[in-house]
Amino acid sequence: MNSLINAIIIGAGHNGLTCAAYLARAGQSVLVLEAAAEVGGLARNRIVANGEQLSSAAHLLHSLPQDIIKDLQLEKYGLHYAAQHLKTVSLNKNGATIVLNKQLAMGDQLSSADLLGYDRFYLDMQRFSKALLPVLGKVAPEIAIEDWRQKLDLLGLGWSIRKLGTFYMREFLRIIGMNLYDLMDEYIENTQLKAAIAMDALLGSEWGARSMGSVLTYLYRQAGELRNNTGLALPRGGMGTVSQAIAKSARQSGADIRCNSPVKHIIIENNKAVGVVLETGEEIYADTVISNADPKQTFLKLINPDHLGTNFVRQVNNLRAKGKAGKLHLVLSQKPSFTGLDDSLLGERLVIAPGMDDIELAFNPSKYKRYPDSPILEIILPSVRDDSLCQNGQQLLSAVVQYLPYDDSTNEDQNRTAMLRVVIETLEEYAPGISDLIITAELLTPRDIEREFGISGGHWHHVELVFESFLFNRPTPLLTRHATPIDNLLLCGASCHPGGNLMGIAGRNAAQQVLRGEK
Amino acid sequence: MTNVNNQRPLYERPILETAFYPSYKHLIQNDQYEEWGGYTTLASFASEGQEYFSVRNACGVYDICPMLKYRISGSDAERFLNRLMTRNIKKMLPDRVVYCVWCDDNGHLIEDGTLFKFSETEFRLCCAEHQIEWLLDSAIGYDVDIEDVSTDIAALAAQGPVSCSVLKKMGFSGVDNLKPFQLAVFSQLGFDVMISRTGFTGDLGYELWVNSSDAAALWEALFEAGKSRGIRMIGSTALDMLRIEAGLIMVDVEFMSCFHTVRHLREKNPFELGLHWLVDFNKGPFIGRQALLKAKQNKPQRQLVGLDIDWNKQADSALIYDSKDCSRQIGEITSALWSPVLKQNIALAFLDAPFYEGNKSMWAEVYLHRECLWERKVFECRVTPKPFYSPERKSLTPPEDL
Repeated sequence: MNSLINAIIIGAGHNGLTCAAYLARAGQSVLVLEAAAEVGGLARNRIVANGEQLSSAAHLLHSLPQDIIKDLQLEKYGLHYAAQHLKTVSLNKNGATIVLNKQLAMGDQLSSADLLGYDRFYLDMQRFSKALLPVLGKVAPEIAIEDWRQKLDLLGLGWSIRKLGTFYMREFLRIIGMNLYDLMDEYIENTQLKAAIAMDALLGSEWGARSMGSVLTYLYRQAGELRNNTGLALPRGGMGTVSQAIAKSARQSGADIRCNSPVKHIIIENNKAVGVVLETGEEIYADTVISNADPKQTFLKLINPDHLGTNFVRQVNNLRAKGKAGKLHLVLSQKPSFTGLDDSLLGERLVIAPGMDDIELAFNPSKYKRYPDSPILEIILPSVRDDSLCQNGQQLLSAVVQYLPYDDSTNEDQNRTAMLRVVIETLEEYAPGISDLIITAELLTPRDIEREFGISGGHWHHVELVFESFLFNRPTPLLTRHATPIDNLLLCGASCHPGGNLMGIAGRNAAQQVLRGEK
Repeated sequence: MTNVNNQRPLYERPILETAFYPSYKHLIQNDQYEEWGGYTTLASFASEGQEYFSVRNACGVYDICPMLKYRISGSDAERFLNRLMTRNIKKMLPDRVVYCVWCDDNGHLIEDGTLFKFSETEFRLCCAEHQIEWLLDSAIGYDVDIEDVSTDIAALAAQGPVSCSVLKKMGFSGVDNLKPFQLAVFSQLGFDVMISRTGFTGDLGYELWVNSSDAAALWEALFEAGKSRGIRMIGSTALDMLRIEAGLIMVDVEFMSCFHTVRHLREKNPFELGLHWLVDFNKGPFIGRQALLKAKQNKPQRQLVGLDIDWNKQADSALIYDSKDCSRQIGEITSALWSPVLKQNIALAFLDAPFYEGNKSMWAEVYLHRECLWERKVFECRVTPKPFYSPERKSLTPPEDL
């Protein structure tokens, strides 16, 4: 043994960093080991051309809770917003855009029924999202409850659903397993409006709007947004600055963060995690090992399977981790112009999803490992809001491209090139002339994201946010409450409850479990 | 072996014949067929008594083709098996066979079987129930190939005091040097016959393994060599008598695989079956180790033991009580036999703690059907060591030349 520390955290993604910061603040000696050259994981910046930086994967902040920002003094350490409360603008080839601003929908083609329907939909979903809140910030209560604290948490969820009243409780229980496609049909007529709303449920997901459980995913995201007061926000300097701020806060509290230090495997002795071995062969020992890597990575790659049981490996192996979100990065010579879009809205969140059936048609080929003919896009032009990102009047465009398959074929490179062409052609339809402005273009497929960020299947949320992997079943019953079958080994990443998106709650809760001695 | 037509729906699939069936079907006299693993097998060919005594006094042959056989090969084969089994597989020498059990993560018994080691990278697992899903899922992360070779390989068990002599007469010179649980390949018949000194009878005996295409030739040679020595096909009824005398447990009789129990808590762990000697906690991690460590901290609430029952009526399915008035049940019998060779009324039984230890007396409640009337009898019984019958020839090398 060459060193003895309290906790090793594998992976300096935002959850790993948050976990480190909370542990360090409690006086623990913490070492974070990151494979990449920089901290941040999916929330790090990427240099695309001559020094132009943009958020490499996640590009909008919406679910980082206020209490974490406050606890870790993130604003002091560099978290600033270039913009908050971004509107959602659904683009249209003919120029008929729809603008969503919280409860308000605007668009010439929207009927009064659509406007009223959207209002009702918005309020109902807010109500139901709030019902999920009591358990969202906490470690998921166990179903066989012994501990009074967990008993209270579970009662809290039950009470918050019951508190909706008989009518809304029934309604909540009716819709919670439904798909968004059918549910929105009950409220709204205009398909472009529905598609714009549906984006929130689908980005990063393996599934389409007609797939089971898309309502749950939608409510989940809404509930996340209820926990902060910035709405959709654009961090100044790119998403990397958020991770940098958390890292600074952690370092300030005494945490040691080492980049370029990929972990080869976790050392286990007598069913107890005692340390890690780095790719360099260096062995580091600690009381606790906390993995911010996804479960498949942690258990199928970093641990000798001799230490695991087959029932467990089966559950991990069967976890749904098929990312379908790709990422497009463009450097443009100047601001593009989208048909029908007022220049003042160029800095908002732009969406290309013409209708619900178009989403479904983009989703369908991905089931058979094929690429979509017209992808669904969420576009941000961060440099419009944040002039620190670019010089010489150049502009950056960052877009989530949904639904790209996990392509492990030999034609991967040709397919990526062809898909990039398709995405640019799609953009060209909405912003004629944009292709002539492109200086640099790159497309990351889910497989690229897996390679670059070490996430199995390239899935944003590590594990699909579905009913079977929800609350005490997240990511699986054998991995609930951050614990694993190996003593002193915990998970702290997005695969843990409440999981997904840029929240940091999983990281904080894992730290709390360690401090409570539950490991 | 007969072609399996898996394309047809299950209800249309015919019951299969083993590779040896055409060779021995002329010996079937009383049509006591029974299905085993999808195959036509026999409870007895003519007389279960004669079949039983052929094993204890001469040579009885049992068709074990329906057993499942898995070829496990690859550079991680040994490591894979050492994690799968509760026994230490790394201690195994090549050309040896071991009896072993395997459990799920909860320490619940999945099945028992025999493991054949040909080399560090090639093994064969032989058992009674399908395991392919468990084996494949257990292989995640290992460089190991798992192949179901059940229909490619045909096997016969030749058991009894003259079995070795019969094999020698067949030309398998050197077979008498095989120690118990040792195996060797013989090619005197013009094709390879793998012979292992194993069996399910508690007697001297061998199992003969060939490619299914050589099955008929093997059977002819075996019965030609054995005909002057009282060789005889035996059915499952005789085999069951033999294995009870040997104190050997049977899946779905003494225990049910945790894959098949529908009532949670009806699963068994190896300790409850008295198989402590098969669990090696010192060998490093294996599937179910944590759960079994926990289970081992306390004595099992119930355990399988051998019983010796007074009087001469077989105590099938009898419940066991702590007193003659049968007020408190303390166990039940899983397998019972009036042992012809011991002239003793024996049984395998699950008993509650503390009755499975020590020399406490207890009572078995037996129902007898006599002249169309049911009579209830209560016989005193006591725990007795297993195996009930263990002749010296079972382990003698070389065996006596008869």
